[in-house]
Amino acid sequence: MAAAEEASRPFAGLSDVSISEDIPVEGDISVPVGSSRRDDEFSTLDEPVKETILRDLRAVGNKFIHVLYPKRSSALLRDWDLWGPLLLCVTLALLLQGGAADSDDQGGPQFAEVFVIVWFGSIIITLNSKLLGGTISFFQSLCVLGYCIMPLTVAMAVCRIVLISGSGNVSFAVRLVVVTVSFGWSTFASTAFLADSQPPNRKALVVYPVFLFYFVIGWMILTFSPSQ
Amino acid sequence: MVNVVCYEQQSEVKKRLCGVSQTSFCIVEFEEAGNLLEPNRDATTISIEDEDIKPEKKRKAAGFPPDDEDGDPLATDDKTELLSGQQKSVPFWTFEYYQRFFDIETHHVKERIIGSVMPWPGKNFIQVYLRRNPDLYGPFWICTTLVFAIAISGNLSNFLTHLGDPTYKYTPEFRKVSIAATAIFGYAWLVPLALWSFLLWRSNKIMNLVSYSFMEIVCVYGYSLSIYIPAVVLWIGTFEWLQWCSIVVALFLSGSVLMLTFWPAVRDDHPKIIIATMSAIVVFNILLAVGCKAYFFSNSERKVLVKSAATVLTKAPSST
Repeated sequence: MAAAEEASRPFAGLSDVSISEDIPVEGDISVPVGSSRRDDEFSTLDEPVKETILRDLRAVGNKFIHVLYPKRSSALLRDWDLWGPLLLCVTLALLLQGGAADSDDQGGPQFAEVFVIVWFGSIIITLNSKLLGGTISFFQSLCVLGYCIMPLTVAMAVCRIVLISGSGNVSFAVRLVVVTVSFGWSTFASTAFLADSQPPNRKALVVYPVFLFYFVIGWMILTFSPSQ
Repeated sequence: MVNVVCYEQQSEVKKRLCGVSQTSFCIVEFEEAGNLLEPNRDATTISIEDEDIKPEKKRKAAGFPPDDEDGDPLATDDKTELLSGQQKSVPFWTFEYYQRFFDIETHHVKERIIGSVMPWPGKNFIQVYLRRNPDLYGPFWICTTLVFAIAISGNLSNFLTHLGDPTYKYTPEFRKVSIAATAIFGYAWLVPLALWSFLLWRSNKIMNLVSYSFMEIVCVYGYSLSIYIPAVVLWIGTFEWLQWCSIVVALFLSGSVLMLTFWPAVRDDHPKIIIATMSAIVVFNILLAVGCKAYFFSNSERKVLVKSAATVLTKAPSST
């Protein structure tokens, strides 16, 4: 008892604290009721299907434009979606088919291999950045890495067109330049989106795996040799 | 972490530490709080977790002796182990468990890579660079880079050797990436596992002052592979003797780093065991380097063989 009294004495001064009476305390405790207007906006059951699809396509297209002109913005991060990465991955895997590899065992990547490399690689890079203390969420990071494959997919399409005309040294030089430029573009675009989410002394640790990832994809594109 | 010590009465110790004559409580550092309790057993203590203290400071406060000149620094292992074990232990299936191994910064990784290629007698890699903070970032990404470097360089070197050969059909050979990955990740994880279990078994027999944790051994092995990345790139399109030269240099550097690291762990042991352990470390290193060279870069002999076989076949009908 006495010990308790004496123990409370150190905190004795705190009991004198009180709110002075000339500071008015007033407020309103009421929960704002959501207007019925909000319900109408979120209900998308009644709209035509075309409108639903177009809305998603517009969102995907909007993000493509953000990747084409990368500047520090949070558009990709705020409304992430994985449609764009899926579309790009399928396109890239399809374009990488039809090479010399199809006829024999050795050689280029199969469709599933491209898929595995792109998605597995993105997941590992995302895990890496989260383990290093990044503030970006898992799917946001997947979204950014997937969308930034777009320059490389465009490069693949250009390479295939170049290969139609011939596969000599000139076409190789052109393909090399195109792939190098698009690889640099992809890496620059993804770092523009991802850089802000990392603590400053670990930025290089997060950027390096992204660099390696796009380098490997660029290598797959460059070594694509057409069947003769 | 800070300890808040409350006193019922003013004591000499409290006055000395807090420097005030009349206080209800004062905040003292972790080590001193332990001393405070001794004269005054009736004091009540409240511990408050301070979220702002970085892990670096925590380790410094735990009395880590990196420059302990008097006596073997490894002899204080027990004390630092006890003190650094203040961090709460999380189960290994949670995310936070692995976040512990990514607690490094860019300059740490750079220092560790440079330290792994410059063996300095007396400087133990684990002691000097790891400092009780083994990381998984370095080993994992160095191994991944090495896998792709070997596959790409092998492919390029194959292509360059057969340049001008009309019968050669270029293939990217992506199957080799998985073979390279198996070999390198196996070396980087299974050999440390074997070494760690062997050292654990030996430390039960002889009283060893030095003991390395599994993560530290994995870390050393991972960083020691970093010299092979420039070596592998150097193997593209160069002469045979230059390739073997670079293998020897890389083997020497990484092998000596490994040997210098594990020497303190086995030096108290039976001489035969020391020789066996050291040679096993070196032999596995050599096997990896030579195996990779032979499998991914063995194109020059094949080309010579093919050409000589072709000439023999064309000569034979003409001689009859």
